[in-house]
Amino acid sequence: MGFSHSLGGTTYRFDDLRTLLAKATPPRSGDVLAGLAAQDAAERVAARMALADLPLRHFLDEAVIPYESDEVTRLIVDQHDGSAFAEIASLTVGAFREWLLSDATDARRLSAVSPGLTPEMVAAVCKIMRLQDLVTVAAKCEVVTRFRCTIGLPGRMSTRLQPNHPLDDPKGVAASILDGLMYGVGDATIGINPASDDLDTMLRLLDMIETLRLASHAPIQSCVLAHVTTALKAIERRAPVDLVFQSLAGTEEANRGFGITLAQLDEALDAAEGLARGPAGANLMYFETGQGSELSSSGHCGVDQQTLEARCYAVARRYRPLLVNTVVGFIGPEYLYDGKQIMRAGLEDHFCGKLLGLPMGCDVCYTNHAEADQDDMDALLTLLGVAGCTYIMGVPGADDIMLNYQSTSFHDALYIRKVLGKRAAPEFEAWLAATGISDGKGELRFDPARLMPSLPLLGAEG
Amino acid sequence: MSETDDQAPATSSSDDWSWLSRYTAARIALGRCGPGLPTSAHLGFQAAHAEARDAVLKPFDAAGCAADVTARGWPAIVVRSRAADRATYLQRPDAGRLLAPDSEALLSEPRAPADIALVVADGLSSRAVQVNALPVLDTLMPLLAATGRRLSPIIVAAQGRVALADHVGELFDASASIILIGERPGLSAADSLGLYLTWMPRRGRVDSERNCISNVRHGGLAPEDAAKQAAELIARMFKHRAAGVSLARLPQLPAPDGS
Repeated sequence: MGFSHSLGGTTYRFDDLRTLLAKATPPRSGDVLAGLAAQDAAERVAARMALADLPLRHFLDEAVIPYESDEVTRLIVDQHDGSAFAEIASLTVGAFREWLLSDATDARRLSAVSPGLTPEMVAAVCKIMRLQDLVTVAAKCEVVTRFRCTIGLPGRMSTRLQPNHPLDDPKGVAASILDGLMYGVGDATIGINPASDDLDTMLRLLDMIETLRLASHAPIQSCVLAHVTTALKAIERRAPVDLVFQSLAGTEEANRGFGITLAQLDEALDAAEGLARGPAGANLMYFETGQGSELSSSGHCGVDQQTLEARCYAVARRYRPLLVNTVVGFIGPEYLYDGKQIMRAGLEDHFCGKLLGLPMGCDVCYTNHAEADQDDMDALLTLLGVAGCTYIMGVPGADDIMLNYQSTSFHDALYIRKVLGKRAAPEFEAWLAATGISDGKGELRFDPARLMPSLPLLGAEG
Repeated sequence: MSETDDQAPATSSSDDWSWLSRYTAARIALGRCGPGLPTSAHLGFQAAHAEARDAVLKPFDAAGCAADVTARGWPAIVVRSRAADRATYLQRPDAGRLLAPDSEALLSEPRAPADIALVVADGLSSRAVQVNALPVLDTLMPLLAATGRRLSPIIVAAQGRVALADHVGELFDASASIILIGERPGLSAADSLGLYLTWMPRRGRVDSERNCISNVRHGGLAPEDAAKQAAELIARMFKHRAAGVSLARLPQLPAPDGS
């Protein structure tokens, strides 16, 4: 069946649900590149009007990628909770937007409905929302996860310390970690992107962080962001793997491009549970996503990049991750052209992830060939802070010298916590005070003497 | 300057662990003023970003580059891709991989066939090409000439992606292609050149079928060394009649221009 809507004397027709969703999407370069975007502004708003009239129930009858050919669609359909859906089953997409914004809809009702939502429903309502709508609703969501720190409590905003080094040199990584800890950064995770995805590198870096953790008694959880198959080998060696990482895509085909299947992720979660490093019931996985990765690997199946991004979250929620992060501006201007597109996408992803029950963070970032700069990042960071973003990245001086892009800095974390009155995770905050990195009131002291217990990592020089 | 200026109070605090910088080039121990960066670090970052932005956006002087090449005694032809301007180039990688119709017609005129197609393209850093392309060619061209293989003129392309060399190679019916192309600038280096080598360059080749020599610049891989590596790879391509991962001894890197 198709859809149509008349606007200004023109009747716009949309062949199927995936076309309707694509045409309704706010403009972005990736959908143009894929040949899926609306032809003009009028067609775009006509698609949004048609979408607003569509009953949510319709999403249970029409898949954007066939059930038979895609395991992500099968996961979405098979995990759908009909009783959770009941409260909103009679709504259209347009009415669902109003329900989400209503003062009567609080954190409890949002999380009760969440298992009844498919990612396509969430993507659809997202497309007809303004930035302030995305902020309002996301700010109401509460998603709390736990490993050694508790992430996502009200009034808190966590940070992933990202101490990358182009040669994976443990001392170089350690130097950035120590700098970040002095700035009170690292309560979400200390997460290293290795330049080289091999087992020896992973083991060497894990060993260094474990030494730091045990020497400092810091309540940190670490992650080396190698491929899940590398992590499985490390776990076989009983290496100190806290969190298992994987990049996700929203289609089976694009996941194959990442070299993963859902069965492999199942196996990885089992293996991480087997190590029993976290407290009982701990969340053990860390996922990264980002609009455009499916098109980048020629696995988009004719679906727009924002809808595909929401489908990643259906994959993620199966594994109860500690952290999920949209690396929004990393992919480049052929997917998100400028600061405006990056900003909108970051808030969309955060909203969709939160609504689907995920501990959503955002890598507020850009590359040097995108039309963006630090001012755009400040605007997105501030909006995400107001929206209750679970965590952000902390990169020394905002400059990742291994991945060659700009993210948020340790200073940015100080800024957003200060202007919004946000605090680090309680366990981490207590550790900062106990070690003297912060004073009794939670203010950082920047006293280099506090680094001394960690100096064996660097061969006790200095 | 007045007396009071000399006695101005300290307005920012240093981070007294700058000795850690011996372990990493990361921007650590920057100091602070409240949550903000000290002014020098703040503007230093802007300077690095400005250099990167200018490298991406400054128009490539293809005619000037071709004149430099011709002055060395090597024939050159200026072409352009189907990306009409920089904004299109950045948003439509598919357009940057194909020759514009007039350039395609120009290269389709009867010419001597070539074993090796040679291309120089701006990619994501016109500055990388301006600074490092000739130093690479100065070493590379004599090495290639010594093999006795037929070389194409040096095709100097504006708004080109890596795969533009496939289209060029196809028109010359070449067995191999080499493209020198500006890499995506980082904050620490805006003038990195990449060399991509492809066996049987034809439209539709994918990046896993290429060999890459990356980070070619002063302070990175020296242009002379990059040229020698390229000549050796070419020799092995003709010996094994293959390229890409099967031939790789040098590390394979993803195309920095997102091709």
